[in-house]
Amino acid sequence: MRYAYIILALLCVVLVTLLGFRGATSTNPPRQVFPDDVFPQMTNQDKYLPQSASPFFADGRSDRPVPAGAVARGTPVDDDILATGQTAPGQFLHGFPAGIVIDAGLLARGRNRYNIYCQPCHGALGDGNGITKHYGMGATPSYHDDRFRQMPEGEIFNTITHGKSTMLSYADKLTPHDRWAVVAYVRALQRAEQGSVNDVPAAHKTDLGLK
Amino acid sequence: MSQLFPKSANKLPLQIIIFLIVFAAVVTAATTYYATPEYTRVGYAPVQPVPFSHALHNGQLGINCRYCHSNVEKTGFANIPTSQTCMNCHNQIKADSPLLAPVRASYESGNPVPWIQIHQVPDYVYFNHSVHINRGVSCVECHGQVNEMETVRHEKSLSMGFCLDCHRDPAPRLRPLDKITDLNWTPAQMAEHDKWAADFIARNKIAPPQSCTGCHR
Ligand code: HEC
Ligand code: HEC
Ligand code: HEC
Ligand code: HEC
Ligand code: HEC
Ligand code: HEC
Repeated sequence: MRYAYIILALLCVVLVTLLGFRGATSTNPPRQVFPDDVFPQMTNQDKYLPQSASPFFADGRSDRPVPAGAVARGTPVDDDILATGQTAPGQFLHGFPAGIVIDAGLLARGRNRYNIYCQPCHGALGDGNGITKHYGMGATPSYHDDRFRQMPEGEIFNTITHGKSTMLSYADKLTPHDRWAVVAYVRALQRAEQGSVNDVPAAHKTDLGLK
Repeated sequence: MSQLFPKSANKLPLQIIIFLIVFAAVVTAATTYYATPEYTRVGYAPVQPVPFSHALHNGQLGINCRYCHSNVEKTGFANIPTSQTCMNCHNQIKADSPLLAPVRASYESGNPVPWIQIHQVPDYVYFNHSVHINRGVSCVECHGQVNEMETVRHEKSLSMGFCLDCHRDPAPRLRPLDKITDLNWTPAQMAEHDKWAADFIARNKIAPPQSCTGCHR
């Protein structure tokens, strides 16, 4: 009987030696206890998931490239000014399109998007001093130059949509509505940079320790 | 008549039964320890074609998760970023780094960088990122401290029990929506978190599915 226990104990030692402990870092793909090809259990179904591989298409991926001229869902189709920021080819819109209502909600949305997608380079204040400046990202301009204060809203919108020289496009990350929200927030940053004591409402002056 | 068996043989049946009980206990323990996702999945950290570091990009540079995983709050699927996303910066920063050669090749050819998928639920499970992100569940609950990882590592088991643990009582693990991608934030940093959570759940009518059809559709 003693031998049975000794063998059992040895088995345990061998098992732990071979399999190790939970949570150990490993580069091997997760093991399946019941492999799907031997015990079919619908783990791998014949359907395409996003960004997965496909043996059918020549380029080997299930996501298909967007055909030229395709319009994504949610894109404004009957409002060219809202979708392009141009009143005519090359003519940038001054002000905001009719479909965009400027309110606190739009600015809050703009700030949220700006802080995710623009802040790494343009900085939280829009002064061009984002974190990437310290790592070799050159020539990120400050929004507080006169050129950008005079720039039509439509041109800023166009820069987000198509990029501009070394800055690439953000059209895949921001919907047209979000782009206008960001433009509105850029305008708010430009206004804030010129703020003075006189802009603080009287009721809040004491909060800031101003008289 | 001479004795065939020694007297000690009387105890043998009992000893065998005890051994079988011990043996069964060891087998059960080994199975629960080794045949469950806590062992099979946790710790998986494949070698990626580009040694991309979340600790550098998110932890040190502070780039928001959504800058790259930009669909996570809009759709069920959290996308792996396009190579253009990397080129936004890497067309100037470390533009000649040999480590980034696959990204540059992909940007030029249009073929994707062959990243290796780490987290994957079986196809019979319906999972959706946006419902969780927009209801105050942070990435850290299901992916661990990605902001400190040099290579992404499968940190949580993502087993059915793991999902249900939270679905039965989400309150202690919810957080305000502006803290979703702040992985160092913990509910303990908020005064009266339980009161806030109870209010948040009532306001948004949060009722995570516990019935089978919620996740197996
Ligand atoms: C990866 C860094 C980076 C990010 C992120 C970024 N930009 Fe830029 N941006 C630049 C650089 C670099 C330039 C200068 C381009 C040039 O003229 O060479 C620039 C220029 C601009 C300009 C001026 C274009 C002109 O007409 O000269 C505007 C406006 C602008 N960015 C807006 C934005 C907005 C809005 C966002 C967020 C959606 C954003 N940028 C995100 C790097 C970035
Ligand atoms: C917002 C800007 C930004 C974006 C976007 C970005 N990176 Fe980086 N990356 C950096 C910075 C800054 C460094 C650090 C450079 C240094 O250490 O001098 C870096 C370093 C790296 C390095 C190390 C390079 C070396 O030679 O040491 C790799 C690899 C890398 N990034 C991969 C990627 C990949 C892949 C993506 C796309 C998913 C990406 N990066 C997106 C800013 C960015
Ligand atoms: C600069 C771009 C970038 C940022 C910012 C970023 N990621 Fe990633 N992430 C990637 C890339 C590229 C991959 C694929 C390569 C890999 O797995 O390392 C990835 C992979 C992942 C994966 C594994 C996906 C899988 O295959 O299962 C998770 C989880 C993840 N990221 C979570 C996060 C979280 C959480 C944050 C915010 C703290 C974040 N990421 C920020 C670029 C980024
Ligand atoms: C409720 C749990 C949960 C939360 C919260 C969560 N994830 Fe995931 N994540 C998962 C699961 C489960 C998968 C595997 C999904 C699959 O197989 O498609 C996954 C997969 C991923 C992937 C790989 C691509 C994919 O969708 O399969 C990325 C990238 C990712 N997550 C990033 C994030 C980021 C960034 C956040 C926070 C903004 C986040 N996740 C929050 C559970 C979660
Ligand atoms: C940390 C908490 C948490 C974890 C972990 C979690 N969930 Fe959820 N889940 C939620 C919350 C909160 C909701 C939102 C319920 C609502 O809005 O009513 C939700 C909703 C859902 C829904 C409903 C979606 C819909 O469209 O109705 C599904 C499906 C789901 N979760 C699947 C999963 C799966 C699968 C996992 C495990 C990989 C998981 N969840 C892990 C908290 C969690
Ligand atoms: C919160 C989401 C959720 C709910 C609700 C849920 N499941 Fe699951 N279930 C999962 C996930 C995630 C997995 C995959 C587990 C894994 O891969 O480790 C799973 C796996 C399974 C499996 C396969 C287990 C295996 O290892 O092969 C069965 C069977 C199952 N579920 C039955 C049920 C039944 C019956 C119910 C209702 C009582 C139910 N599930 C409710 C999320 C859920």
